[in-house]
Amino acid sequence: MYAFDIERPGTIADAVAALAKSDENQPLAGGQTLIPTLKQRLAAPETLVSLGGISEIQGICQDDAGRVCIGAGTTHADVAAGAGAYPALASLANNIGDPAVRNRGTIGGSLANNDPSACYPAGALGSGATIVTNAREIAADDYFQGMFETALDAGEIITEVKFPVPEAANYQKFEQPASRFALVGVFVAKFAGGVRVAVTGASEGGVFRWSEAETALSGNFSASALDGLSLPADGMINDLHGSGAYRAHLVGVMTRRAVEAA
Amino acid sequence: MPKDGGIGASSKRREDVRFLTGNGNYTDDINMRGQAYVHFLRSDVAHGTLKSVDTKAAEGMPGVLRVFTGADFAEVGGLPCGWQVTDRHGEPMQEPGHPVLAQGKVRHVGDPIAAVVAESREQARDAAEAIEVDIDELPAVMDMKAALADGSTKVHDDLTSNLCYDWGFVEENKDAVDAAIKSAAHVTTLELKNNRLVPNAMEPRVAVGDYNRSTDDSTLYTTSQNPHVIRLLMGAFVLGIPEHKLRVVAPDVGGGFGSKIYHYAEEAFCTFAAKALNRPVKWTCSRSEAFISDAHGRDHVTKIELALDADNNFTAVRTETYANMGAYLSTFAPSIPTWLHGTLMAGNYKTPVIYVNVKAVFTNTVPVDAYRGAGRPEATYQLERVIDKAARELGVDPIALRRQNFVTEFPYATPVAVEYDTGDYNATMDKLLEMADMSGFEARLAESKKNGKLRGLGVNCYIEACGIAPSNLVGQLGARAGLYESATVRVNATGGITVMTGSHSHGQGHETAFPQVVADMLGIDESMIEIEHGDTDKAPMGMGTYGSRSIAVGGSAMVRATEKIIAKTKKIAAHLMEASEADIELKDGQFNVAGTDKSVAWGDVTLAAYVPHNYPLEEIEPGLEETAFYDPANFTYPAGAYACEVEVDPDTGKVTIERFAAADDFGNVINPMIVSGQVHGGLAQGIGQALLENAAYDENGQLLSASYMDYAMPRADDVPFYSVDHSCQTPCTHNPLGVKGCGEAGAIGSPPAVVNAVVDALQRAGHDVTHIDMPVSPSRVWAAMQG
Repeated sequence: MYAFDIERPGTIADAVAALAKSDENQPLAGGQTLIPTLKQRLAAPETLVSLGGISEIQGICQDDAGRVCIGAGTTHADVAAGAGAYPALASLANNIGDPAVRNRGTIGGSLANNDPSACYPAGALGSGATIVTNAREIAADDYFQGMFETALDAGEIITEVKFPVPEAANYQKFEQPASRFALVGVFVAKFAGGVRVAVTGASEGGVFRWSEAETALSGNFSASALDGLSLPADGMINDLHGSGAYRAHLVGVMTRRAVEAA
Repeated sequence: MPKDGGIGASSKRREDVRFLTGNGNYTDDINMRGQAYVHFLRSDVAHGTLKSVDTKAAEGMPGVLRVFTGADFAEVGGLPCGWQVTDRHGEPMQEPGHPVLAQGKVRHVGDPIAAVVAESREQARDAAEAIEVDIDELPAVMDMKAALADGSTKVHDDLTSNLCYDWGFVEENKDAVDAAIKSAAHVTTLELKNNRLVPNAMEPRVAVGDYNRSTDDSTLYTTSQNPHVIRLLMGAFVLGIPEHKLRVVAPDVGGGFGSKIYHYAEEAFCTFAAKALNRPVKWTCSRSEAFISDAHGRDHVTKIELALDADNNFTAVRTETYANMGAYLSTFAPSIPTWLHGTLMAGNYKTPVIYVNVKAVFTNTVPVDAYRGAGRPEATYQLERVIDKAARELGVDPIALRRQNFVTEFPYATPVAVEYDTGDYNATMDKLLEMADMSGFEARLAESKKNGKLRGLGVNCYIEACGIAPSNLVGQLGARAGLYESATVRVNATGGITVMTGSHSHGQGHETAFPQVVADMLGIDESMIEIEHGDTDKAPMGMGTYGSRSIAVGGSAMVRATEKIIAKTKKIAAHLMEASEADIELKDGQFNVAGTDKSVAWGDVTLAAYVPHNYPLEEIEPGLEETAFYDPANFTYPAGAYACEVEVDPDTGKVTIERFAAADDFGNVINPMIVSGQVHGGLAQGIGQALLENAAYDENGQLLSASYMDYAMPRADDVPFYSVDHSCQTPCTHNPLGVKGCGEAGAIGSPPAVVNAVVDALQRAGHDVTHIDMPVSPSRVWAAMQG
């Protein structure tokens, strides 16, 4: 990697200030994407601003509305162990990567990176979560804007993610054989007001909601409601591990399985 | 009863104490005083004319000692190829040059263009980024068949085409094979690809070059499976250093699988640069670099035809294979698709005539060479797949079809030039069927169906040629080396023994298994014996470890040397006991005079050899050290039968291996535990090839699966609990241990079992699928099910 400086602020305010010092400064959360990128010399930040020492963005609680609120710096392992109030989300966290990844990677880091094959974007979008930053609150529907693209402004830091807890929910991931990221992952959540279906791994546009399935499932929350529904292969990722048609097919399979398991 | 020592005992691997406690000494653990570091600037395009390499800015960067380019190696030899194949017209193969650093052209992504030596690794890398390279890109030659078409861009401009050789074997049989296929009652044809693999040893390659100006001695520490061979190739052909001025040390090596046999540019570079700079120079390969610089494996495109008569007897086999050589000829590359592949096309069967045609092709890809099995997996895969297909076409039981055509009488001279000395293919098949619980299959199938899954069973046989190899034979076949092995047995004064072997252990457990042999012969405890290997200053010569040859060839050399020790110690014992040498027996570490109660202990005899006060000095020299070179009379022929049971998820195409049984005949077995471990590892690699691994290039010559994000290695949960057995033992008839070798069997025998099982599962479910190319990934299985 290239040489860089590192700062370890203790508060979000200090972190924001540190990031504002230069356009070349970059926040470091769990580092599960950024560190390999640095090692490959594909990024050259001037200063890394580590968010790891900021206690105010750690931990899990429930707010008065019953939402599960997770500090952005909370690791996947801690979510897996501590988000029992939202079992589908805890289960999602428990199946990200391997133990080393889960003990370092954070929910904020994952959502800020918005890898098109990551699990958390499906969890957040499928749950209709609210992404809280140092500056504002952003609805998940407005937050994800395409592969590695989000509504975050430069220097804006995610501090917390608030998940409304659905009546029933489940995440199904079909793993890419090499990376074991989601080749296709589907998060289904049934709320009193309707069903949300979020798909990761499949689309060239990143995580998305499968609205036809949501409509069908909102009327009848059973796998049979999905009969006859399918997604077009257009716009799906086509690579070494599967064609667009295969991914489109898998979205149907994984959605069905998520409904059955919810 | 399991033995508690000697041949046949499952002695615990003594080397694991240091490996498992972090006390191994790998090449990267070696750091010299004043050491500098090299970073190679590698081509990021597959093919192009190198117009200029401007190193000026890099030379001025902090810490930079020197920047080398191809021009610095103009006076130095290129990397040599160790095997010359003669084509079907009697002409030698086309053999291009292989410069240490690119000269004139770059020919694959990863081809080294320049090398920066600096005070630190990061400084070297920083400076490499400042090198300005001007490349005129040329079309990448990727598809082997297109590469042979008239007018194709050439990888090497000084060759007449991209064809390395067009090999026919046995050429004299060609017409007979054509006629047999024409007149056959049935011919089954199968076209398939044997997927390209990246070896992925756990330890990436490392080289440290050192030079002593006061003595003019060079030393290379390297991650090699055969340090003596590297000394010879690099010293004689590349750098012009005679053996007595060059030492090559391969200390603990963390896996090789073939990829650490070859002489690589980085080794020559570090040795050369150490002398040029009078500083030790170290290179440590990154994992990313390994993907584009370690020799790859396999990569064949094959059409095979199997002819049968009306009674389902095999009457002929004809194959046509395109074998990818990559951009340059790696050390043993030409021999893999020919002599290690064509000679195995008889398999376990008495097919009377066989013709194998192999076209070896240059492309703009990483060079391809031996990888665990090396030619034999490619032969086994196509043969066992086409037999399975034939059984389905004919509506006969694939196991019965195999049995009907088994070779049953030995020795058996195949129509492809080799002679199997022993074997019992029905015995391993019988054992396999017992292990695989065939009678329970229907119940397991029903259970899978109940769970919405498809289930299939695949069975196949394999044979391999190991114990490589008789030197006079391989010399006739084009090898530029002998393939004997050496051993020196040094008995110390107090009776302990150091054995120096030319075999090289990089995971095989030699330090445990080899002492078992010597201990057994002398009747002493294994703990009295230590193995030294991996250093050209220790063993007299060594051809190294590959081709499942170490116990069969290296072990036999050790037996011969130990026999010399026994002969000499008997003379000493006879003298000490004033008896006739002919009456001396060695048993349990004690020399006895037959028919008397006179005896003398092992340690008393060895002490006498070094303190020769009462010693037959007029007859024998003091000291107790013997060396033997062993050159095998034939290959060895391990064989066996494998069964794989899979479940297929019909919704996703995902294959899971539910059961895997392997019945192997390795002849005599020295350490059953180590043998089982070797089979387990080989099976994991074979299953990896069958289900997961794929070195895929795009049409521009970029390696798509260039990291573990896209190159799928088998993990623990991808493989089942194996059932392995090696109790069927037909000992090799021509080596003193009766051993055949076991290192590659698992990787050779398992891919067809997996694919046969997947095809079986799909056919049972009514899908008209006769073949799926490896890796049988979920997306490929799903696509096949869509028709």
